[in-house]
Amino acid sequence: MDEAETGNGPLSRRIFLRSSLMTAALLGVTRTMRPCVAEALADTLHAMRPPVFWLQGMGCTGCSVSLLNSLHPDIANVLLHVIRMDFHPTLMADEGEGAMEFMLRMAKEQDKGFLLVVEGAVSEEKEGRYCVIGEAGHEEFPLSSTLARLAPHAAAVLAVGTCAAYGGVSAAEGSVTGAMGVQDFFQKKGIETPVVNIPGCPPHPDWMVGTLLLLLDAVERLGMAEGVAALAKSLDSRGRPLAFYGNTTHEKCPYLYLFDEGRMAATLADKAGCRYGLGCKGPGAWCDSPLRRWNGRVNWCVENALCIGCVQPDFPDGQSPFYEKNLW
Amino acid sequence: MAVTLAIDPVTRIEGHLKAKLDVSDGVVQDAWLTGGMFRGFENILIGRDPRDAVQIVQRICGVCPVSHALASCLALEDAFHVDVPKTGVILRNLMQGANFLQSHILSFYQLSSQDFFQGPQTPPFVPRQSAPDLRLGEAATAMMLDQYLESLNIRALCHEMAAIFGGRMPHVHGIVPGGASSAVTAAHIQDFRTRLKKVRAFIEERYVPLLYLLSETYADLARVGKGWANAMCVGVFPHPDTGEAVLRAGVWANGREYPFEPDNVMENVRYSWFTEASGGSPFNAPPPAVDVDKPGAYSFSKAARYNGMPMEVGPHARLWIGDAELSPMGRELAPKYLGMRASRFRELGETFVFSVMGRHLARAEETWLVANAMEGWLDELAPGQSALAPLPELVDGAGYSLTEAPRRSLMHCMKVKDGRLAFYQVLPATLWNASPRDDAGLRGPMEEALVGMPVPDEKSPVNAGRLIRAFDP
Repeated sequence: MDEAETGNGPLSRRIFLRSSLMTAALLGVTRTMRPCVAEALADTLHAMRPPVFWLQGMGCTGCSVSLLNSLHPDIANVLLHVIRMDFHPTLMADEGEGAMEFMLRMAKEQDKGFLLVVEGAVSEEKEGRYCVIGEAGHEEFPLSSTLARLAPHAAAVLAVGTCAAYGGVSAAEGSVTGAMGVQDFFQKKGIETPVVNIPGCPPHPDWMVGTLLLLLDAVERLGMAEGVAALAKSLDSRGRPLAFYGNTTHEKCPYLYLFDEGRMAATLADKAGCRYGLGCKGPGAWCDSPLRRWNGRVNWCVENALCIGCVQPDFPDGQSPFYEKNLW
Repeated sequence: MAVTLAIDPVTRIEGHLKAKLDVSDGVVQDAWLTGGMFRGFENILIGRDPRDAVQIVQRICGVCPVSHALASCLALEDAFHVDVPKTGVILRNLMQGANFLQSHILSFYQLSSQDFFQGPQTPPFVPRQSAPDLRLGEAATAMMLDQYLESLNIRALCHEMAAIFGGRMPHVHGIVPGGASSAVTAAHIQDFRTRLKKVRAFIEERYVPLLYLLSETYADLARVGKGWANAMCVGVFPHPDTGEAVLRAGVWANGREYPFEPDNVMENVRYSWFTEASGGSPFNAPPPAVDVDKPGAYSFSKAARYNGMPMEVGPHARLWIGDAELSPMGRELAPKYLGMRASRFRELGETFVFSVMGRHLARAEETWLVANAMEGWLDELAPGQSALAPLPELVDGAGYSLTEAPRRSLMHCMKVKDGRLAFYQVLPATLWNASPRDDAGLRGPMEEALVGMPVPDEKSPVNAGRLIRAFDP
């Protein structure tokens, strides 16, 4: 991949342009309020729009809600132009057996041609009954066995959120369910499909959509298998895309000068000091939140309070107590 | 002929839910709801720094993290006698309010609206049920799609509002034990106000009128789904000076109103995949112990009951208890679309309010009511005010809290021993509406409301999903 595609700034110019053009096309359509929306959409559909099955495991749906906050490209574009969301429990029209059978059929037809997104942790204990995602032909589908069945046929698996990536809060100390992240589960089952981790509790929408765009761009240039392989080369040792997770929060923190000067905040409400002394986990948390900011860039974690290290593989146990200095 | 149907997954909701229905003569005769996922937060919380709970509990629900954060702080502040400054209460109300708007708009537009219109012929709008019973004409369908797409941006704006004082959403940083961590500047207030105005215009011009219109188009669904017709609210949005709740606490049962008493809340587990010892009062029930082979059990949800009664909770219950004033749009549109004059909520009548369309319409009305209240709180904010009280040493204490999440009532109980959480019990939203049967065998509120729902086509039981989504489970 070239430099522009893996740089740690916001989405590359090329992708940004592409998505902006699509926004304009969609707005043009919807503002006219005509019922010809369907045809107009078909005209602008991106050639490369692979099916995506989004499975929800042991989590809180926060990653899906965060996905809805995508602004550039906005979520309507993501759903209508960037990917084909063939299965997403929170968004799809269909329900029940029809939805499950459609996914199973599409997976068969599109062997190695679909993307699997997993949100939430997975557990095999009690025959997977800690998380059942549906039923078809009077057969129950626990997440664990569904994942084991579909994943070998997927082109790649995106583990979105810290639960899917590393277990997260669902697998925190005290948990009795045996919940774990997708990569650990694959290792256990001998599944070799490439996994891209997009941690964060929840992940920033740009991390999810941006990774998808990077992947689709690579796939468009190189084909599915080679494209996935190219993306896999731009991950860090914990499976995270360097484009978004290449720096610590601390390195890019606008309050770094306060840290360097030793000016520490007295309370969370004290904005004249660095939050490190109050427990900020920024020095060990790898993501671009300080540059990217959240929710239309209005704010971010440390500006408001402090970093709790939610992108880290050992979140929450290794990052707590959240409001006590515990790094060095 | 009698048949048993299973809808699994029930889609376009938060969480994992299965509905099993006995259907004969085109009507649901009996219903069982299965909560299909368990993580065990009460086990995970034990032994942690009590201040960490505010972050951990938010991961129970990515749609309503603000309410869980708030409930956790209120319980801790109750245990250690912390008084939150007035500005802290206002900021919490504003974040909680912004998330009410976000959640209600999500519930109707992203989750439920496809029950009433067909989107473009592309996923996620297709495939869908074989007989979706769509009745809107071409122009109204185009309008619904337009509103669906517009609502995506409006909902994100609501999250921006919550993030202005909360840092980010979902999973807010700005609600912390002692108050709120945000600074209050003129820019914060202005940024919040401009977004609130946009959202409010959407609520007034789109969301509320649409629900009155749909209640006429689907007049049959404005008469079915009554269920127990009990209602409960534990109170939410305290007045910054008096503490009086904007949506007050109360219980409605058997056609009468009673004051809400937290001691009357019990968790039943006879039909849940937990040992019998896992039930009891949320003030002292142990963390749930799983038993997936328990005979007769069919859900990971416990059954929360008030004085042994199933209670409907959520927007329609809150507005019914408070007998809230209808929005100006509602007062104008009710005669036209509902065929009745009404200025207050209870005047809409029990049959309508406790119906599929009534519950949806209540959510729209509450969205307006909360947006309206938020403008008042915003006016009381002044730059430079402190929103955070210092905490004492958190060594030993016990406390509880009550608040309302957008979808329904919430209760947290905690005990702290030697500076660590020794006990934590969360009575989340789902345990009320989506509960299985209780120890006495009474159906949960949604199960009861499903009984009698028309299913004209057994291959496409769309009314069941419509009813479930109207509850926002």
